[in-house]
Amino acid sequence: MLLEVRDLHVEFRTRDGAAHAVNGVTYAVDAGETLAVLGESGSGKSVTAQAVMGILDTPPGRVTGGEIRFRDQDLLTLKEEEHRRIRGAGMAMIFQDALSALNPVLTVGDQLGEMFRVHRGTSRKDSRAKAIELMDRVRIPAAAQRVGDYPHQFSGGMRQRIMIAMALALEPDLIIADEPTTALDVTVQAQVMDLLAELRREYDMGLILITHDLGVVADVADKIAVMYAGRIVETAPVHELFKRPAHPYTKGLLESIPRLDHKGRELYAIKGLPPSLQAIPPGCAFNPRCPMARDVCRTDVPPLYEVSGERGSACHFWRECLDG
Amino acid sequence: MARYLVRRLLQMIPVFVGATLLIFLMVNVMGDPVAGLCGERACDSATAAQLKREFGLDKPVWQQYATYMGNVFTGDFGTAFNGRPVTELMATAFPVTIRLTLVAIVFEIVIGITLGVVTGLRRGRPVDTAVLLATLVVISVPTFVTGLLLQLLLGVKWGWVRPSVSPLAPLDELILPGLVLASVSLAYVTRLTRTSIAENRRADYVRTAVAKGLPRRRVVVRHLLRNSLIPVVTFIGTDIGALMGGAIVTERIFNIHGVGYQLYQGILRQNTQTVVGFVTVLVLVFLVANLLVDLLYAVLDPRIRYA
Amino acid sequence: MPDPREPYEPERAVAGTGMGGGMDLAASEAATLEREPDRPDGAGPEDRPRSLWSDAWRDLRRNPVFLLSALVICFLVLIAVWPSLIAPGNPLTCDLARAQDGPSPGHPFGFDGQGCDVYTRTVHGARASVTVGVCATLGVALLGSVLGALAGFFGGGWDAVLSRVTDVFFAIPVVLGGLVLLSVVTSNTVWPVVGFIVLLGWPQIYRIARGSVITAKQHDYVQAARALGASDTRILLRHIAPNAVAPVIVVATIALGTYISLEATLSYLGVGLKPPSVSWGIEISAASPYVRNAPHALLWPAGALAVTVLAFIMLGDAVRDALDPKLR
Repeated sequence: MLLEVRDLHVEFRTRDGAAHAVNGVTYAVDAGETLAVLGESGSGKSVTAQAVMGILDTPPGRVTGGEIRFRDQDLLTLKEEEHRRIRGAGMAMIFQDALSALNPVLTVGDQLGEMFRVHRGTSRKDSRAKAIELMDRVRIPAAAQRVGDYPHQFSGGMRQRIMIAMALALEPDLIIADEPTTALDVTVQAQVMDLLAELRREYDMGLILITHDLGVVADVADKIAVMYAGRIVETAPVHELFKRPAHPYTKGLLESIPRLDHKGRELYAIKGLPPSLQAIPPGCAFNPRCPMARDVCRTDVPPLYEVSGERGSACHFWRECLDG
Repeated sequence: MARYLVRRLLQMIPVFVGATLLIFLMVNVMGDPVAGLCGERACDSATAAQLKREFGLDKPVWQQYATYMGNVFTGDFGTAFNGRPVTELMATAFPVTIRLTLVAIVFEIVIGITLGVVTGLRRGRPVDTAVLLATLVVISVPTFVTGLLLQLLLGVKWGWVRPSVSPLAPLDELILPGLVLASVSLAYVTRLTRTSIAENRRADYVRTAVAKGLPRRRVVVRHLLRNSLIPVVTFIGTDIGALMGGAIVTERIFNIHGVGYQLYQGILRQNTQTVVGFVTVLVLVFLVANLLVDLLYAVLDPRIRYA
Repeated sequence: MPDPREPYEPERAVAGTGMGGGMDLAASEAATLEREPDRPDGAGPEDRPRSLWSDAWRDLRRNPVFLLSALVICFLVLIAVWPSLIAPGNPLTCDLARAQDGPSPGHPFGFDGQGCDVYTRTVHGARASVTVGVCATLGVALLGSVLGALAGFFGGGWDAVLSRVTDVFFAIPVVLGGLVLLSVVTSNTVWPVVGFIVLLGWPQIYRIARGSVITAKQHDYVQAARALGASDTRILLRHIAPNAVAPVIVVATIALGTYISLEATLSYLGVGLKPPSVSWGIEISAASPYVRNAPHALLWPAGALAVTVLAFIMLGDAVRDALDPKLR
């Protein structure tokens, strides 16, 4: 396995007590594989990724338990300096909003070239050449002329391409893309997503794609992990999950997608709101919103039941769900 | 850029005219402009009238102002209270005050920014709280009190420095006065840097820099500091004019014969030409410093440059 | 090309006052308030100011810095109104024979160069400082916010003219202006000093008020009110003023402290209040020549001055923190 996250716990200290952002997440990604992590905002999907990258804001954030193994090394016990060398070179991250994620006062060439200068000790001139090469790679027109431009001089789609180029720079084994297309226009979204998928194939990297967009998932992911209130509620190969969800939350998500063949019918919506992370309900966190909830759901936290070899569901009544 | 520069220069004109006119009017209100010209005694009325005619003081104020400004732009600032040309007084006073201001600016940069960075990175820790409290105290104690106390302690009691500065005002004697002059601004630079660092520390691009695997030092210096210092640099730039104008208190405490001292003399002896001349130059310094800061701002922040 | 000064305007603008950091501090920190976007709680326009203030009040009640500075200020106001409450002596009764004497029973702070009781004079000095601070702040806040609000709301020619006028005032160093203007005044009251501070201080509040009115004007609910046909007066008073008033109050509170400091500075330079008035600035100024022999005559009034200024600045600071949801 390239990356294995086991029983990860992360909490944030806030003025109103500890917020349990991640409560025992377990997932794994192999080389060449794409894992989509799906969930609403606040479900802990980004926090998990930040913990993997080692870029949690500490304080207030803190990893309180679990293991993150990358190429068979436990990242959580690694010295900061060793972890730093892995960031960027071994695993890289693509952020949602490239405009704020790129430094506004440095040229894109500087920011791309910095990867080579810091990790490889490349000369200033060679780094610049590498930066231009990367920009060509992500199909930015006239890369040689634009290498000295600042982030705000690019369009949204072009900026996100630069983010991708930066992540690819050192050809890492794993890329984590945190909502890479959310901030973009719909027409540009597809282009950027296609580029990302294509480059992933080309370099044979592992990809963790964090998103709340089911459409994106269906196109590029191999398997999927659905998160709710800091836990994984269902994991499955993409197509099986779409066909037969094994958790009522996943089911609700799938039913709330507008579909052409359902035109005229009222759109389904999961009732209620996600729980506050300071006060996660006892039992199954989803129980107050679940149409199938019974007494046991309000008292016992469901483990991730094995549905089949590759599938898991954290629902006491996953069989019912799978059939219904 | 050039068009912007021209526009800013044009904008400066009304401010310059307004400020100097205001001072001109104030000084005319201040008292008898010929009072200082007959030596220690008061002028008799015939001489006074003659002097007034001679200096054009019987004309309307705006005409006097126009004449005066006309002279200023040919380099004639009039006669000072000691009977010498005002420009001669300036030639001895300004170098002293400029040296004093430079010392103050160096303190602001070195101590202010360092403390600001240290506290901004450790927000909420004991260091931060202590420095923050210290800056509040420095801001709350008026400069003249700070000056008198430091003079008493360092100059008189412990004898580390000379309590008053010799007429030539060499740089080493200006260290304490420079610190006093800088004190309030220094506290302010610290707070501004701290706020700016603390705000930018959570910025997405800093997180990106960490995610790129850059060493902490590089993240702080190249990414965090570069952005955070933009408002600080602009503050320090504009502070130049304020420091030179505010040096009057410091110069009085340490008996430094700079701009403030000469102005004070001019006011005491009711010599209008000294006062208006010096203030005119100070206003010019303020405006030019502001202009330079605006240009610097554009250099530091490419978003402005290309907007 | 937009003016590069715009986002940092308040920090920069006041640098020219020559007063130094105090004023700048106030302005810049209010700027963070101004730039504050709507609170995300989705409360209606009518509820917003109220909930902002009640939230702030809940925060303030638990903030020891606020409570302490409020306590100091209440005490100051009390002795300013009624100094004989804790200092029954006459501040003008002096005995040259005891000049520069140290503390003795009944005279805890000792005597100054004229043989006056430093304790009595320090207590009685509060009145001048508090009067100058409060009156000047009221004047500045009133003049500055009315002009600023009108300029910000109506824009156009008035705005352009007034804004250039403020530029002019910022270009004049405050202490110098005070020296020039006040050097001819022979009055023994605090009013010339108050008048001078109002004259040179209003542009600071003007800029804050103008800025926050312009920000408030762009809010959706103001646009909505306008679309519904509300009159200018109604929009200004009912929708904009409640939002614009917070930064003005914060800046004014902090400025109050700096005005007290300015009064003392002017008195030290001999142009503020003059003897036989009793004020901390005069005491410090009078004590400075013989500070080697009788430091107590300088330290007590200086300490009182510093504590007063500090109290107002910390009060303003605490209020700003409470009103700034971003820092929560």
